[in-house]
Amino acid sequence: MSQSFDEISAQLRRRHRKSARLKWVSMGALGLAALFLVLFFADMLVKGVPAFQQAQIQVEVDYSEQASQLPLAAVKEDVRPLVSRGYLRLIPGRMEDNPDLLGTTRMEWVLADGQVDQYLKGHHTKLSGSEQAVVDTLVDQGRAELRFNTTFFTSGDSKMPELAGIAAAAMGTVMTLLVTLAVSFPIGVMTAVYLEEFAPDNRVTQLIEININNLAAIPSILFGLLGLAIFINFFGVPRSSPVVGGLTLALMTLPVIIIATRTALRSVPDSIRHAAFGVGCSRWQVVRDHVLPLALPGIMTGSIIGLAQAMGETAPLIIVGMVAFIPDVGASFTEAATVLPAQIFTWAGEPDRAFIEKTSGGILVLLAVLITLNATAVVLRKKFERRW
Amino acid sequence: MQTNQILALFCGTLLVLGLIAFFLGRAKAAKVRASGTAMYAQPDQYAWFSVLSTAGPAIAVGAVGAFVMLLLGAEIPTLYLLAASLVVGCAGLVMGINLVRPDFHARKAIERVIRFFLAGAALISIFTTFGILLSIVGEALRFFQMQNFWDFITGTTWNPGASFLEAAGRAEEGASAAQFGSVPLFAGTFMITLIAMLVAIPVGLLSAIYMAEYAPRRVRTLAKPVLEVLAGIPTVVYGFFAAITVAPIIVDVSGVFGLDASFNNALAPGIVMGIMIIPFISSLSDDVINSVPDSMRQGSLALGMTQGETIRDVVVPAALPGIISASLLAVSRALGETMIVVMAAGMRPNLTANPLEDMTTVTVRIVAALAGDQEFASAETLSAFALGLVLFIVTLSLNLVSVIMIRRFREKYRINNL
Repeated sequence: MSQSFDEISAQLRRRHRKSARLKWVSMGALGLAALFLVLFFADMLVKGVPAFQQAQIQVEVDYSEQASQLPLAAVKEDVRPLVSRGYLRLIPGRMEDNPDLLGTTRMEWVLADGQVDQYLKGHHTKLSGSEQAVVDTLVDQGRAELRFNTTFFTSGDSKMPELAGIAAAAMGTVMTLLVTLAVSFPIGVMTAVYLEEFAPDNRVTQLIEININNLAAIPSILFGLLGLAIFINFFGVPRSSPVVGGLTLALMTLPVIIIATRTALRSVPDSIRHAAFGVGCSRWQVVRDHVLPLALPGIMTGSIIGLAQAMGETAPLIIVGMVAFIPDVGASFTEAATVLPAQIFTWAGEPDRAFIEKTSGGILVLLAVLITLNATAVVLRKKFERRW
Repeated sequence: MQTNQILALFCGTLLVLGLIAFFLGRAKAAKVRASGTAMYAQPDQYAWFSVLSTAGPAIAVGAVGAFVMLLLGAEIPTLYLLAASLVVGCAGLVMGINLVRPDFHARKAIERVIRFFLAGAALISIFTTFGILLSIVGEALRFFQMQNFWDFITGTTWNPGASFLEAAGRAEEGASAAQFGSVPLFAGTFMITLIAMLVAIPVGLLSAIYMAEYAPRRVRTLAKPVLEVLAGIPTVVYGFFAAITVAPIIVDVSGVFGLDASFNNALAPGIVMGIMIIPFISSLSDDVINSVPDSMRQGSLALGMTQGETIRDVVVPAALPGIISASLLAVSRALGETMIVVMAAGMRPNLTANPLEDMTTVTVRIVAALAGDQEFASAETLSAFALGLVLFIVTLSLNLVSVIMIRRFREKYRINNL
């Protein structure tokens, strides 16, 4: 039975409607991914930005004889629970350094307790009703306010949220990445140069290639197991140190650098090599003087991206013990250290609600650094990329 | 003397020897050349060759000595080792200078050494794989000496608690014997991976279709980097997001439907992991869809197919090997993902099909066994390596299958840049 034209055109309309639906659905999928990204960043900003501010209160500090023994006595009883214990603890030391302070009484802006901070930011707080009333009066008198939180950027970890900062973790990250870069960059570039410019096309070379692609896809936690079993247990590298963390991350970054370098080397046209060989260069001279300089922007871009990846990696570092509690900013390659992502992980596990803010603040700093690194890589590529 | 001082002494002496070699070699070569004899290489190349022949053997002797001491535990007095390597260095210096002759190919010799070094660097990646394999297999074997292999594979109770006491020689004090049945862990892992894939594959694939087939160029250039940002966010950040933001939302939402959800439910890490994986699928699928030849689309449209039908019935089936390969890679990533589940999933091994309950995964147990103080005789610590071995084998096979599939696709359409 034949269909009427009306039926056929109705069928056609259905088909076209279906076709259009696919377009909108696929557009929606992309929109969904973008929407998530926006929600994610908004959530992190809302949670994290308050971490860059910290409550301070103005109190009368009495540098008496008694205070040098019992720092709690330095402030009056009504504001005592409001002042950070970390600040009070420093008083005897300051009196020793500066004997003139003894016997004087000064009005000072001091770091407030973490609970006061949470109260001023409108969060849930453990302060009792009377303490809240005291804080309210202080606010009315202009003696309590939120100021820029320098502690967050200058101090190490602490169990007291108002004293916790990311400086120790940032230092650890820098040192770990230095080790990573020093190991993975030369080895990665050398491997890529060998595979691309020197190696004969035989079984061994193919094995190395498959192996590198495979390494790039191995779960990062297995690299942690490697670091633990080989570097720590076998070679005796100190646990938790930037050296062992850096070495572990270097093995993870290696495939990224190798793959990026190979792509960069491959994009240098053969005519350059032919010309160099033509004037009598040896293979190494061709690579050193002509191919590598031309491929350098691509190599740098790849290395920066690999480094950014290593910077955000946490799992293998937990396995090699880099989640230590580090209150002081140190700069040793062989002593225990922590890194930014590990610090975020530690803070995320703290029961105190004030640490949620610290965690988000740390995340914002980490994301800012990562985005800067990746943007640098893109700019480098845009600026120096040559099309042949 | 301290090891550091010996190392410094070694490096310092070697530097001086190298400098001597460089200048002696160059002076000799320059003299030969000045006398009018034609040479195979430049004076600088002879100089570098002398440096290599000085430093190379000395460093080799030092390294071999250090290795023997470290690995075999042989007691070689470090001072003797230092003296031996320096003597070898001096011998190399004499030989190097001696070889500065017009008929010697210094450049070729340097080339050979460099080639050797480059090949050595390339072997490091092989060593890494073997290192991972050996370290994991070795410790896993120790674990299977203590625990039955079949109990590990088929057991449904994971209760390592008492193994700690056992290792301390106080086994009888622990109430129950430690049990290492890994089924609940793998069930949890697969549940979370499944949730992640249910999020990532539709969204990733459809995004790829939109970007490859519909999007104007400007949207494309904007959308690609935005999706890459998703891939660049550290997993610890996703983990925090899943635990602090997504999990409470899920608890609230399921409360509305009268369901009881745990704060460590499997849904939150699964969804967030899926979002993390979207760019892996979309970026590879996008490349694959783009490399399906245009002639196929034109043929399909010429037969009167609509755009949607062309994509559904022609382009996607043609790109299917690549899409499957991308999905397999994504699965392997989800299985091995650690931080999201450590922070957002539970610690309790729980054999259940309800994603609103808390369940734990292989990677969570690995971290739990190895974080903190470790006692390497304890079965709990070693169990991490047994779990790691299984994880390694599964992800390795997934990766290999994925590579083979993409190679098939490439050969079918003769594409070189995938």
